[in-house]
Amino acid sequence: MRNYGNVFRELDYTTLLLWVLIMFLGWLNIYSAVFDPEHASILDMNQRYGKQLLWIFTALGIMFLVLLIDSSVFHTLAYPIYGLSLLSLVLVLFIGAEISGARSWFVIGGFSLQPSEFAKAATALAVARFLSGYQRDLRRFSHQLMALGLAFLPALLIMPQPDLGSVLVYTAFILVLYREGLPSLYLVLGFALILVFVLSLLVPLPYLYGGLGFLTIFLLVLGRRQRGNVWKVLGVMVLCGLTVQSVDFTFNNLLEDRHRNRINILLGKADDPQGIGYNTHQSMIAIGSGGFMGKGYMEGTQTKYDFVPEQSTDFIFCTVGEEWGFLGTSALVLLYLLLFFRLVKVAERQKSPFARAYGYGVLSILFLHFAINIAMTIGLAPVIGIPLPFFSYGGSSLWGFTLLLAIFLRLDAGRTLSL
Amino acid sequence: MSQRPLFFWVLFSVLGLIFIARLFYLQVYRDDLKLSARNNVVRQERIYPGRGLIYDRDGRLLVGNQSAYDLMVIPHQIELADSADLARLLRISHADFKRRLEKARQYSRLKPSVFMRQISDDHFAQIREYLHRFEGFFPQKRILREYQYPHAANVLGFIGEASDRFIRNNPHYHSGDLIGKSGIEKSYEEVLRGKTGVRYKMVDVHNRVKGAFKGGAFDTLPQPGSDLTSSIDIELQRYGEALMQNKRGSIVALEPATGEILSLVTAPSYDPNLLVGRERSKHYNELYADSINKPLYDRGLLAQYPPGSPFKVINALVALEEGAITPRTSHVCHHGFHWGRLHVACHCGTTYPLDLIKGISKSCNNYFCRIFKATIESYPRAQEGLNAWAEKVKSFGLGQFLDNDLPTGRRGFVPTASYFDKAFGYTGWKAVSVISLAIGQGELVLTPIQMANMTAAIANRGFYYTPHIVKGIDGSPLAADNPLREKKETLVDSSHFPVVIKAMRKVFETGTARWSAHDSIPMCGKTGTAQNPHGQDHSIFIAFAPPKNPQIALSVVVENGYWGSRWAAPIASLMIEKYLTGEVDRPRLEKRMLEGDLREQYQEELEAKREKARKRREKQKDSTDA
Repeated sequence: MRNYGNVFRELDYTTLLLWVLIMFLGWLNIYSAVFDPEHASILDMNQRYGKQLLWIFTALGIMFLVLLIDSSVFHTLAYPIYGLSLLSLVLVLFIGAEISGARSWFVIGGFSLQPSEFAKAATALAVARFLSGYQRDLRRFSHQLMALGLAFLPALLIMPQPDLGSVLVYTAFILVLYREGLPSLYLVLGFALILVFVLSLLVPLPYLYGGLGFLTIFLLVLGRRQRGNVWKVLGVMVLCGLTVQSVDFTFNNLLEDRHRNRINILLGKADDPQGIGYNTHQSMIAIGSGGFMGKGYMEGTQTKYDFVPEQSTDFIFCTVGEEWGFLGTSALVLLYLLLFFRLVKVAERQKSPFARAYGYGVLSILFLHFAINIAMTIGLAPVIGIPLPFFSYGGSSLWGFTLLLAIFLRLDAGRTLSL
Repeated sequence: MSQRPLFFWVLFSVLGLIFIARLFYLQVYRDDLKLSARNNVVRQERIYPGRGLIYDRDGRLLVGNQSAYDLMVIPHQIELADSADLARLLRISHADFKRRLEKARQYSRLKPSVFMRQISDDHFAQIREYLHRFEGFFPQKRILREYQYPHAANVLGFIGEASDRFIRNNPHYHSGDLIGKSGIEKSYEEVLRGKTGVRYKMVDVHNRVKGAFKGGAFDTLPQPGSDLTSSIDIELQRYGEALMQNKRGSIVALEPATGEILSLVTAPSYDPNLLVGRERSKHYNELYADSINKPLYDRGLLAQYPPGSPFKVINALVALEEGAITPRTSHVCHHGFHWGRLHVACHCGTTYPLDLIKGISKSCNNYFCRIFKATIESYPRAQEGLNAWAEKVKSFGLGQFLDNDLPTGRRGFVPTASYFDKAFGYTGWKAVSVISLAIGQGELVLTPIQMANMTAAIANRGFYYTPHIVKGIDGSPLAADNPLREKKETLVDSSHFPVVIKAMRKVFETGTARWSAHDSIPMCGKTGTAQNPHGQDHSIFIAFAPPKNPQIALSVVVENGYWGSRWAAPIASLMIEKYLTGEVDRPRLEKRMLEGDLREQYQEELEAKREKARKRREKQKDSTDA
């Protein structure tokens, strides 16, 4: 109560502006994607643009309310909120409503809420709380284990819904841990394994092993002066080799044909625009047909005539691509990058490790959503249903992301006092 | 720690760059995606124009258009409360309904396919009221032919869906387009078809029409086809078909002054309306499979016969032209032509010297053998003589394609010296070696339309116009530079014709066709009996009338009709009377011809043929057994 004045004086208006801008642009594109000439009013609550407008106004309300809360509350209540969130995730598995095959929703009087959207904020709080604890050292294995446990417990609970997208988002916390001192080896190993994983599907095995061998020798020679380097390099390489072998085995022996097809389509080794490749194919057509300048607002045929599935939620980026062209899509990508850079900057200026770790949590979650969503629409990633933050249609996700961001903005606004 | 935030900067920048590069590739570099998007949403609808109408020479409508409807279905849009209801409406059984639906499903769930073809206007009027209740079904208008007369099927031809091969070779046609398959429909396809209009519509993913593409800027209107005026006289055609009922053969009647075909009768034929509508393919298969009557085979254009005696007229003209004879050249017949061991029998029954006119009217074989021999022998070598003869014969349009506006035809055959050199295996043959040609037998074969054309050339005293079936397009006559309006001169001087024509007139007065003569209409003609090695001889007759300023020239062939005066001559005479006076005042002759039935004869022929085939097979079997 004592620092109301400060909150609005210290608030990071750049982030706030970017947030409002992205929400507004998102709404414009939702309007175009689901436009129905018989219900042209933007306030028509039967239409998604009408509802989204409601979600946006309530999101603004959430932002305002959160900013009024004392910033120390979040530190104090981090674990209880986390606990409540876990409870909601368990409950939804039993009393949740099943919508299109996934038990992810609470339905209360025609109004549905997706607890996994809010669990992201809760997990970010809990992880930040843990990392900011006394004498935390992420070089210690036990601390690594506990931090990862905190981060992935919700993911474990979301998995049976099932909601692969949301689960994947929790890997974002690896980035947070890295920022807070997790040894680089994990990250290097992670990227190396992902790279090797993809390569082992693309490149014939003998070449891949040859390449790995050369790389090993190269690294050994390059780092021969450094102690212990030999074992690190050898260890990583052996892991890579095992990955290659197991991926190859899994792909050829364990997977069924339909899985293999799906992977081959993604890798560009097979083509099936009518079947399982349909969504990606149509999405790429929508974006590609926009050209440099786009077809013009409300002129997109791919999205307006339902060729692109989920055109207002997961595939909203297609509308941008089709109607605003390369200019629009690159501008939107840059807008998101601007938000991320700004968030890095804001997080780094935090004096409290809790606020900083939380900031990175927010940043990483938003980034992972952005990366997977865009990569999916432009055919660089498989179809994983996750929304584009602040942009896609959906109340729960908009509220969840807003809550995530609002708490961070509140922490940031109180940074001078929390000392 | 300070390099760790840097990692995030690099991570974001690299991913941002990858995204922007990929977007550049998709949106600016790749063109195919723009096309794909267009293909997704733009549907081309073809609007068929009315096909050109066909009139007869007196402006009577022969072929009109009627609209019919194809009931289309998009299986995945179907919402059927009561499929039995729809089946009842369509007048099909429920099982049939299910079978059709299954077929459509197998073709595509999302694309429209034909559920029921060519529903008539009347039936569709009943269906239309209720159609809105059956989601997923919609009508597509088609334009079908409507034949006003059950005649002239072979002349008018029929239309049918363009085959895949045809479409490959003619890319401006599309699957489902109807094109002329035979007759006038085929030869005048380009005139009749008009121009198909195109409408571009936008559809959504469920194929629901959402509006015109770019406001209809690329749409084109259909242009109806041009109307044709056929040279056919449908009344004469009808009469000719009636006379030919229960017989096999043809009547080809021409207007000598223009070469216009007045009637082109082939028998047996069929009602052209059989090849319209839903039963079309069933009927077509029936007609096609009838290998005994061959109703789809246009005998007037395609059958080839040795012309027999009518050809003597040509031989007389050629002999005159060559100076081998004069009209006063006479020969006495001794029951045939005898030359060494060669005998050609003759039944003219005369014992006095015959001149040219008598020779023709009595159809004396001896006379023509002699004058043919004289013609060939007016040259030092038989080869030269025969080639000179063949050249003049061919100038009557024989032994070559007519190159007219009918889609089919045959060349016929007029042998030349080189043919016999090869056939005999030596070059020392003489006129008597090919003496059959003198009486229109032997290697010589002509189609009925060639015989009619030959007759027209005689009627014209030495020229003809290529026989053709269309006299005007869109109400105006054929262009002056149209090859069909080119006058073709024969190589026989016009001064030689009067005597021959006089002789042909005698054929009706005192000769072989005197029983077919008409009291008040002077006619010229020549009977013929074409020897048929496979069975009973064919009855052939050529005629024109009146001798001065002839209005009609025709050839009549009645297969297995014994001799010329028995069937062909009376039929020709009735046709001439009908055409010149519009009616027939010889009811007894007419009745005899109309009721004349050769079907028993054909049955005999067929059985004889089968018997022969059976014997041959047995013989083969015996020889293999032995």
